[in-house]
Amino acid sequence: MVEVTDVVCSLCGCVCDDIVVEVEDNKVTKVKRGACSVGKSKLMGHNRIKSPAIRVNGELKDCSYDEAIKKAAEILAASRRPLLYGWSSTVCEADKVGVELAEELGAVIDNTASVCHGPSVLAIQDVGLPSCTLGEVKNRADVIIYWGANPAEAHANHMKRYSYVSKGFWTEEGKKAKKLVVVDVRATKTSKMADVFLQLDQGKDYLVFSALRAILYGHEDVVPDEVGGVSKKDLLETAEMMKGAKFGATFFGMGVTHTGARQNNIVNAIQMTRAAHTHTKFTITPMRGHYNVAGINQVCTWETGFPFAVDLTRGYAWYNPGELSATDLLIRQECDAAMIIASDPGAHFPGESIKHLAKIPVIQIDPYPNPTTEFADVVFPVAVSGVEAEGNVYRMDNIPIRLRKLIDSEYPEDEEILKRILDEVRAIKEKEGK
Amino acid sequence: MGTKVNLISGRTTVQGRNLDSKMSEEYFDEVARCDLNKADMEKLGVAADESVKVKTSHGEVIVKAKEDAGTPEGIAFMPMGPWANALVSGDTHGAGMPSYKGIDAEIEKTGDKVLHVKELMQTYMG
Repeated sequence: MVEVTDVVCSLCGCVCDDIVVEVEDNKVTKVKRGACSVGKSKLMGHNRIKSPAIRVNGELKDCSYDEAIKKAAEILAASRRPLLYGWSSTVCEADKVGVELAEELGAVIDNTASVCHGPSVLAIQDVGLPSCTLGEVKNRADVIIYWGANPAEAHANHMKRYSYVSKGFWTEEGKKAKKLVVVDVRATKTSKMADVFLQLDQGKDYLVFSALRAILYGHEDVVPDEVGGVSKKDLLETAEMMKGAKFGATFFGMGVTHTGARQNNIVNAIQMTRAAHTHTKFTITPMRGHYNVAGINQVCTWETGFPFAVDLTRGYAWYNPGELSATDLLIRQECDAAMIIASDPGAHFPGESIKHLAKIPVIQIDPYPNPTTEFADVVFPVAVSGVEAEGNVYRMDNIPIRLRKLIDSEYPEDEEILKRILDEVRAIKEKEGK
Repeated sequence: MGTKVNLISGRTTVQGRNLDSKMSEEYFDEVARCDLNKADMEKLGVAADESVKVKTSHGEVIVKAKEDAGTPEGIAFMPMGPWANALVSGDTHGAGMPSYKGIDAEIEKTGDKVLHVKELMQTYMG
């Protein structure tokens, strides 16, 4: 048995890097400490896709990697409008090859940000983001706001490692000396811990941000007795708490991006943070979901200039979320083939989009069988990044961290499969004289 | 005639634990469900783990009802996943983001069976 320390979790955007596991006979046998229950489940492993496969007469038939690579390259090379989607649960090295493949094919490349923090990206491009690293939050923040986020369930170590419960250089007393504000539609495990819980009416976030902005700018007289289901008394108390912070940190989640005004909600959240700057230091950070969704946004930006929803058919990069995001392309039945890697649109896209995905040839690259496998035509099992493969990822605060390899894998890495598909596509194009 | 609710979807711990194990029974039990306030459960005449049909203008799906005190009256919460998403519109209002929350839905009691993941995905084929 070998004890491995400083293991990095490849599940959520927290990318916890202080995990200790035991490895025996090339298996992770125990997660000793550091991981939450969700991360632990990832490290201990799940049922896997056993073999590469190609769908024949409606059934997936096992085949060799060579055969699957040939078939995948043929599908992509023959496609007039391929969509390459996913990229958030793999490493930046694979993402880089993905962008190269998109360029070679003249494809649309999109990632899971489009159904997650895409609106936050749009808002940040609009008005910027007064943010900081999670280390700064840990060491300095004494007022924490979670808005439309439930970290107790979705990012279970976030409060312990970085925010409300953590103890840092200037926050050595931990939560005793901190205040927690939670804003949500439902009472959740997170809201139960809060000093102030603002339970707003669904979809009224924009109004509540506006009310807090007004109060922080000294215009409480224009705020009515109730805004979006929240009483003026509670808003005033929250604003006082924000003003009294030595260092405040807001974290926001899908409760704000998935509804109503979308990116305009986030613009208003950022403007609320600016309003708090007239009194004290305040930051704001999106609670990124997948462990490397921030990383594919980085890679896609440094390779194409844009973070998601990028069309490379013109020979140069064209960016237009709402037109080129995966859901929109699928609803318009525009793409005629898709490659899905490190994500699961079968589970996480609207039914209306899945209908088109189920009709067109789909190539899937993933360690695990999932709803997307049910309609995939070519399937590649791969190594699990962070357990069986190493590589760089970006934490939710855009800090790069290197995933460690804990055990050997019988499966190839994402990067290798992508490179082989790219080589095969180039060979087909050369043969066809394109 | 069902009860009108505002449908939202989101993460749960058990859903997260099975992100890479979506074909499992644990995922099915956790995600093919709908949380409702006690008052809404009574209005519908359903007890915990009884089936309800959730219907929107984009689709309908059968899931198990669960009482949750944290969910306000008039709100239905479904863990994110294939069952909730069968009800979501693909319209992104020019932002790339579908409305996963704030969907007008109608809920009624039913004796119909909840479809497993594979059966649900089959409804998208052909």
